[in-house]
Amino acid sequence: MSAEWPLWEVFVRAKRGLSHIHVGSLHAPDATMAVRNARDVYTRRGEGVSIWVVPSDQITASSPDEKDAFFDPAGDKVYRHPTFYDVPVEAKHL
Amino acid sequence: MAPTDQRTDDREAAFYAIVDSDGRIEPRDDMPEAYRRTLIRQIAQHAHSEIIGMQPEGNWISRAPSLRRKAILLAKVQDEAGHGLYLYAAAETLGVSRDQLLDLLHTRKQKYSSIFNYPTLTWADVGAIGWLVDGAAITNQVPLTRCSYGPYARAMVRICKEESFHQRQGFESLLTLTRGSAAQKAMAQDALDRWWYPSLAMFGPPDTGEQVSGGHTEQSMRWGIKRFSNDELRQRFVDMTVPQSEVLGLTIPDPDLRWNDERGHYDFTAPDYDELFRVIKGDGPCNEQRLRHRVEAHEDGAWVREAAGAYAAKQQAKRAEAAA
Repeated sequence: MSAEWPLWEVFVRAKRGLSHIHVGSLHAPDATMAVRNARDVYTRRGEGVSIWVVPSDQITASSPDEKDAFFDPAGDKVYRHPTFYDVPVEAKHL
Repeated sequence: MAPTDQRTDDREAAFYAIVDSDGRIEPRDDMPEAYRRTLIRQIAQHAHSEIIGMQPEGNWISRAPSLRRKAILLAKVQDEAGHGLYLYAAAETLGVSRDQLLDLLHTRKQKYSSIFNYPTLTWADVGAIGWLVDGAAITNQVPLTRCSYGPYARAMVRICKEESFHQRQGFESLLTLTRGSAAQKAMAQDALDRWWYPSLAMFGPPDTGEQVSGGHTEQSMRWGIKRFSNDELRQRFVDMTVPQSEVLGLTIPDPDLRWNDERGHYDFTAPDYDELFRVIKGDGPCNEQRLRHRVEAHEDGAWVREAAGAYAAKQQAKRAEAAA
């Protein structure tokens, strides 16, 4: 049995003005074929105007195990949100 | 308690906290080994069903009665391939490779839906598959869009959107036949007669029996990878399908089928579960043919996969040389 083709993560821009969003993954021998396969697998009904493919092993991710510690610093900084501040109702456009 | 047990308990507690609050488990989350194994088997068998499911209909592509029907059927069979790919990719996030999964199918260690072991004898069968088989599949699959494993749930969202086209084209195709000549209408009725009970059997064994007391269903419900019991889904399918058969002007082959006012559901005759188990075990009309065709297609395509791999390696070497 031959070696398995590498895995690619597929990102699709649904229309101009929107970001590319991850839609899934697929196997392909190279980047060109990955884009072509992604078109056939993930955009059979006009779901996109642009496709990115990224080798899965090139993605660096935060670890889910450290999720609490990693994102904690943002947790107690409520003053980063506009709703933290009380202002008189007469003050408009704030 | 030993420290390792405490850690295992904490990890299980974190897993169940997510599942119990209707959250989603994602690929790199901690999960019980049995959950991972069950999901791999369930998603893989679902993927196998999609790609084996291309065969009974693919059989009719070259004989579709018009260019319109041919284009529709091609698109539908292509969708089934796509569904298989979404699902294999979802299974792979659980740490199993595509080659392993295909190997499990080819060596009969994993199953696919028993429905695809029945033959498509006439053109009306293609319509009946869209209407009944895809209709039953949708009934099974819609609850899975909320299943606890994120990649599986997301794949199911895409699949359900596309299945809706499959079911409608099948219904429309049958409607055309039932509004046609007497021979065409008879062909549609014959297709319903043959596909009705196998479609009911798609929901699996009844809720009372070994399978349930074995704890399979209960465990899957606890894990949020099954939301309704087999009989609940079967009833839902019957209630939905009987009125549609009336629109078609076809008769469901069940003399005991009638509306039960008290229950608010149709009463119906259960499928032959012994037959279901026989077909699952490999003794259906087309088991041999389906698997043989699948393995042949895979082997015949080996040179294409190898050639594409060789080309990619060559290009990569060229680029490396140019960069050096």
